Amino acid sequence: MSPARRLLAVLAVLGAALAALAVAATFLGGAALSPATVVAVLSGRAPAGATETVVILSLRLPRIAAASLAGGALAVAGAAFQALTRNPLAEPSVLGVSSGAAFGVVLAQLAGLGDSLSQLLGLAGFAFAGALLAGTVVYLIAAVDGALPVQTLLLAGVIVGIFFASAITAMTSVIDVNRLGGIIHWLLGNVGPLPPVSLAVFAGLAALGFWLVLGRARELNLLALGEEAAAQLGVMVERLKLRIFVGAALLTATVVAFAGPIGFVGLIVPHALRLFLGADNRFLVPATLLGGASFLLLADTIARSIVAPAELAVGVITSLCGAPFFIWVLRTRPRVAL
Amino acid sequence: MTPLLELDGVGFRYPAPAGGRGGFALADVSLALAPGEVLAVIGPNSAGKTTLIRLLSRVLEPDAGEIRLDGRPLAEVPRAALARAVAVVAQDAPPALPFSVEQLVLMGRYPHAPTRFFESDDDRAAAREAMALTGVAELAPAPVGRLGGGERQRVMLARALAQRPRLLVLDEPTAHLDLRYQVECVALLRRVNRERGVAIVLVSHDLDLAAEVADRLLFLDRGRVARLGAAVDVLEERLLSEIYGCRVTVERNPESGRPSVRVVWPAAPAGAPAHRR
Repeated sequence: MSPARRLLAVLAVLGAALAALAVAATFLGGAALSPATVVAVLSGRAPAGATETVVILSLRLPRIAAASLAGGALAVAGAAFQALTRNPLAEPSVLGVSSGAAFGVVLAQLAGLGDSLSQLLGLAGFAFAGALLAGTVVYLIAAVDGALPVQTLLLAGVIVGIFFASAITAMTSVIDVNRLGGIIHWLLGNVGPLPPVSLAVFAGLAALGFWLVLGRARELNLLALGEEAAAQLGVMVERLKLRIFVGAALLTATVVAFAGPIGFVGLIVPHALRLFLGADNRFLVPATLLGGASFLLLADTIARSIVAPAELAVGVITSLCGAPFFIWVLRTRPRVAL
Repeated sequence: MTPLLELDGVGFRYPAPAGGRGGFALADVSLALAPGEVLAVIGPNSAGKTTLIRLLSRVLEPDAGEIRLDGRPLAEVPRAALARAVAVVAQDAPPALPFSVEQLVLMGRYPHAPTRFFESDDDRAAAREAMALTGVAELAPAPVGRLGGGERQRVMLARALAQRPRLLVLDEPTAHLDLRYQVECVALLRRVNRERGVAIVLVSHDLDLAAEVADRLLFLDRGRVARLGAAVDVLEERLLSEIYGCRVTVERNPESGRPSVRVVWPAAPAGAPAHRR
């Protein structure tokens, strides 16, 4: 089978899984709606203003879209950071990049950015700046003669993450109490139903980040040989690293801006898919987009069904799965080749 | 005829470590390599051999002088074009590469079409040919991380040959190889050189190997050219003893007639070793 056909086959399987999950998620949720009601709403036979119409069209479907987007973006960011740092444990939340983006978002909220298109772009801009800042600081702390030792990178990421988390706590302490609840809810990592404009901005920015990473997937494979060997094969290494860093930071920042800092998706999904697909980033990067979307959609559906009518934050679920997963990768790392 | 590669008064100095004195420097290296020529670079540890490879492959840029490929300054040659002309096999491949042999060899095709997402059928054919030439064709689906030292060396060589270069630069190709693989490696390099007309720059600590395979030897010492010429002119007892700081004798290999260097080991102190008393 040619590589292009193989990639199409992989994407068809993962796409089908995502579609099945999305359909299932449409039927599940806190409001007890019968399958017949759901079908009636989707086929347009239910009245426009009815509760079930609002629940499905304004709550469930946008939420499914947001969860899929966030999961795909985070998983691709994880695969990108892992290839970039040649470190199997690198991931937006572990590297502190999510915390940096969250810091940016809190700053934007203090500045009072709202829901119009320009303000949404401003919000994402703040998150992006925070992600770039955190990523750069972590790199500067961890780099030793241009190399990034595995443990140093992780420690630097954790420390920078703690710093930004504390800065966020400090800022939220001075915020008006009425707005505090919203911020804390968001900080746990929640994919809420987003209005159409937000969803569009979210999708556009995520697509840009995805393109930045996918377009250099072949070069990322060569980077695994080491920077010097990659350069000797004709790769413009500094440009490659900058593009991947910007792409991964943008993906992380968009998710943090629209759904909050959701951890470990970028660790779990690329590792799981590597077991089946191997390490070739030309397969892995597009596969993580669909796999990540399915993973977070599943996690979010569990989050809003398991304690219904109450809801868990999806970030809580991913962290509960992710922390043990991190330890497993850490302990088996010599055998888990990146 | 334009030389394939020219070094014209090339100098380079690593930046000094914080608070330290000036870093290691390579100074005033000049030579011209003809197409198809085999040049061996020898010299003690930290003579500048690996630095020279980094300069040739433009991982480093010279501080002084100029390097030219086909008469064109290296700084003006795009990276991919350089990689189509010059392939480098490093001393150590990263040990835990997660790719199959075929995937790794296909990476050598990157400079031929950097904008392509997947390799073409022609790329695949070139990789198969390179694997056949180095005798690793049957290893194609094997994970690189599971190969032995000799196999890995041949796979890295296949990747370099898949680049279809005109100059092959090898850093210690026979280090970590047992005698049989060393012989195989030399036979392979000779074949590539004769059949394809590929020029070779070979960095080695093995002086006899250098004398056997190279047309000329470049003897580096502390970043300077100690001597450049045919093996008989470079491998002289006095020069070797002086630079390596130990006594050697140079004989002729009875088979090839090339010089062969023998170390005069220091005599053991008189009396039986302590543990045998």
